[in-house]
Formats: sequence, C-alpha cells, structure tokens
Amino acid sequence: MARQRKPPPGVDPRLLIKDAAKLLPEPSRRRFLRGAASLGALAALTGCDIIDNNTSENALRVISTFNDRVQALIFNPNTLAPEYPESKITRPFPFNAYYSEDEAPDVDADKWELEIGGLVDNKKPWTLPELYKLAEVSQITRHVCVEGWSAIGSWQGVKLSDFLKMIGADLTAKYVWFQCAEGYSNTIDMPTALHPQTQLTLKFDHQILPRAYGFPMKIRIPTKLGFKNPKYVTAMWVQNNDAGGYWENQGYNWFSGL
Amino acid sequence: MTASSTTAVPRIRVTPLIPRLCHWVNALAIFIMVGSGWRIYNSEPIVPGLIPYFNHRYTLGGDFELSFKLHGEPGLAGATLWHFAGMWLLVINFLVYVAYGLVSGRFRRKLLPLSATGVIADARAALTGRLSHADLSIYNNVQKLLYAGIIVVGVVVVLSGLSIWKPVQFHYLTSFFGGYDTARYVHFGAMAAIVAFLVVHVALAVLVPKSLRAMIIDR
Repeated sequence: MARQRKPPPGVDPRLLIKDAAKLLPEPSRRRFLRGAASLGALAALTGCDIIDNNTSENALRVISTFNDRVQALIFNPNTLAPEYPESKITRPFPFNAYYSEDEAPDVDADKWELEIGGLVDNKKPWTLPELYKLAEVSQITRHVCVEGWSAIGSWQGVKLSDFLKMIGADLTAKYVWFQCAEGYSNTIDMPTALHPQTQLTLKFDHQILPRAYGFPMKIRIPTKLGFKNPKYVTAMWVQNNDAGGYWENQGYNWFSGL
Repeated sequence: MTASSTTAVPRIRVTPLIPRLCHWVNALAIFIMVGSGWRIYNSEPIVPGLIPYFNHRYTLGGDFELSFKLHGEPGLAGATLWHFAGMWLLVINFLVYVAYGLVSGRFRRKLLPLSATGVIADARAALTGRLSHADLSIYNNVQKLLYAGIIVVGVVVVLSGLSIWKPVQFHYLTSFFGGYDTARYVHFGAMAAIVAFLVVHVALAVLVPKSLRAMIIDR
C-alpha cells in the first residue's frame, strides 16, 4: 500500500478536502485517466491542448495492459526475492496506507474469520487459532513502494501455495482476489499466488502481526510492489475474472511485479 | 566527353536519415521520461537537500491537483503510466540508433579517434572562439567526447532503470548497481547527466543555427 500522502507544496489540504467532497460522487476513474493523459508541460509551453484527448488516454491504458503481459512473461516462478540478515531489518518499519495510523482497521481477533470463496473445494472459513497451527515459514525481504522508497521487514506465516492446495483451490484459475477490513482490495495472478515466497502473513518479526502492519493477516508478496500486499485481509476468492483493486483501479499498473 | 562544369558540388551528408529520425524520436522520449521521472521523484525525493521537489508544471502525468482531490495522490499513477510507456520508445529507438551506428561504421568514423590532448586543444579553441564549424560532418574532439559519453549515459540510465523496475527478476543487475537504494541514485545521476548534456547541446545548437537546420533537413 502506498504511504499516506502529504499534500503537494502550495496546496491547502482543507480546501482540497472541501473540493474533494464535491468531486467524489462522480465516476472517478474516467476523470482521473483524462487527467493522466494530459501532457501538462508541453501544453503549458505551447498553449495547446491537442494531446490531452482520448487518444493518448486510451494509448496509455493499452500500453499499461501490454506491460502487464510483458511482466507476466518476465516473471520467473523460480526466481526468489533476495533475502537479508536480521541486522538489515528497517527499524522502525514504516506504517504505510492511504490513511493515518490511528485510522487503521482495529480488527476484533475473536470475531475475525478468513472467508474463503470462489473456485475452492473447502470453503470453510478460518479462525486465527486454526491459522496459527499451520506450518510456519519466514522471510526477511524488501518491501518496495511504488513511490520509490523501500524497507526491509521480517514476516512469518503460511506459504500461500500450501494453503491453496490444502483448501482444494483450483490452481488453474487465473486470479486470487483479496478483500480487506477497510474496503481495500487486490487481485493477483495465480503464478504469483503460487510463488514460493508468497505468504499468508500472521507475524512481523516473530511477533503477532501488529495493527499497524495489518493485524490479523496480510498477504506478503515480495515479487510485487507494496500496494499489491494487502493488509487486514478478511476474504480470499479464487476466480477467473479480474476484480481489480484499490490503487490498480486508479491507474497504477495492474501487475506491478518486481 | 568532359564533365559538365555545371555539376553541383557533391553534397556532404551531415546526418543520414536513420540517425536523424532517431535523434528526434529520442528528443520526444527524453521529454516524456524526464517529465514523468520528475513527477515520480516528487513522491519520494532522494536528494531532498539538493532538490526538494520539481515544480509540477514541468512534470508529466496529468492534472496533479485533480488527482489529489480525487484520490489523495499527486499524479503519481499518471506519471508511472507515462514513464512505463515512454521507456519502450526510448529503448527501441536507442537500440535502432546504436545498431545503425555500429553496423554502418558511423560510430567508428565520427567518434574515433578520440584523445585527451585533442579534447583539451578543441575545448581551448572553442572557449576562445577559434573552433571551426565549417564542416558540420566532422566532429571536433569535444563533440566526440560528449556524443560518445552520452551513449554510455544512455546505457546506464536504461540499465539502472531496469534494475529498480525489476529488482527481483533482475536482482543480479540491481546488485551490480550496488543494491536497490544505490541504483536509484545511479538512475537519478544518469538523468542529471542527460539534462546537463541537453542544456549544453541546445545552447550550442542555438549558437550554430546551421547545425539545427542540418539535423532537420540534412543540408
């Protein structure tokens, strides 16, 4: 997930929120992409607006989809993300989301269940004590944010590929979709879900996953950008349709592989 | 039979069509990559003491205030869309240019021999206003150094970019650049070298306008 954003220089955040309230009910995706396609600097230099049209908007979208396919080809299921010694762990590991830390979901562990859906034989929901009993794997890997910063963290949990096999998921399905407590969501490709380092994460640095890092469960995917690592996960569906995701739907590249 | 006295002076080709086209496609690609790269820089400045942020007016990636209003992000998504589209234009065009330069012998003819003494002599001549621009088809030693150097910088900017785009799949490349964090500085430094080259390059083209004309119409 992207870290909480500071307002751009020279922009009054209060005014922005006011404006945002007016703008939000409108279908945001289309408006956004029109904005994305504008060649601001060139238009400013030439005083013309010819490039800010649907052609460039569509072209950018087509190229981003093409880049998804290229990245799926580049993705090697046997290439492991580099692992680091404990001394390299970033401390404190940053909290990052599109909201502040005190607004993060406060999940009730006793009521929480992992909902399982879609192309799966056994859709029985999972409680935390049940998940804690499963075989644990561990990794110290680099979390890379789309913004450019990165941090090294230590995560423990269940190998997602083992879990998918155990619940009888259709491993030939195309996608796995995750829903989160705060409404965040992500769809990932099945080859990434089956990657040996993709983890159903229950602990950070050998302690129960703290609220800041996604309690009770996050999905750790060291082969993808940070925003493709959902936290506060409540549901997992195996399916053949791409259900998109929070940032993906706002124009960020869908595959976002590392 | 004698040669006609009206035969025109043989026209000297300054820049053949392929490198000339590559030059202008590259100009567009650099514009896209630097513009969107500056916007990406703004989300996480790596040399905040030197450059806190690039004025968004000179960055590429859509209306950043609208992006911020709609989803609380100052146009980073748009910038990355441009950056990862522009990279294809930059790389494919660069490969065509380099392949042509190597196969045709143009690099060898134009860029070699290159010597330190020659560069110093030509730099001194240029600064005292005595450098000849009579034959645009022959590069002086300073040009040779800059044009050869910027090709190397081009390779560095692409490979360092690749190493921060795919630090898992191409982790050997990322390690070669000293790891993820260092590779970002290398990528930034290569961008800075390109922009510095561009400033000198455009200034000199303006000072010697016939070179600009030659790059457009080859005469």
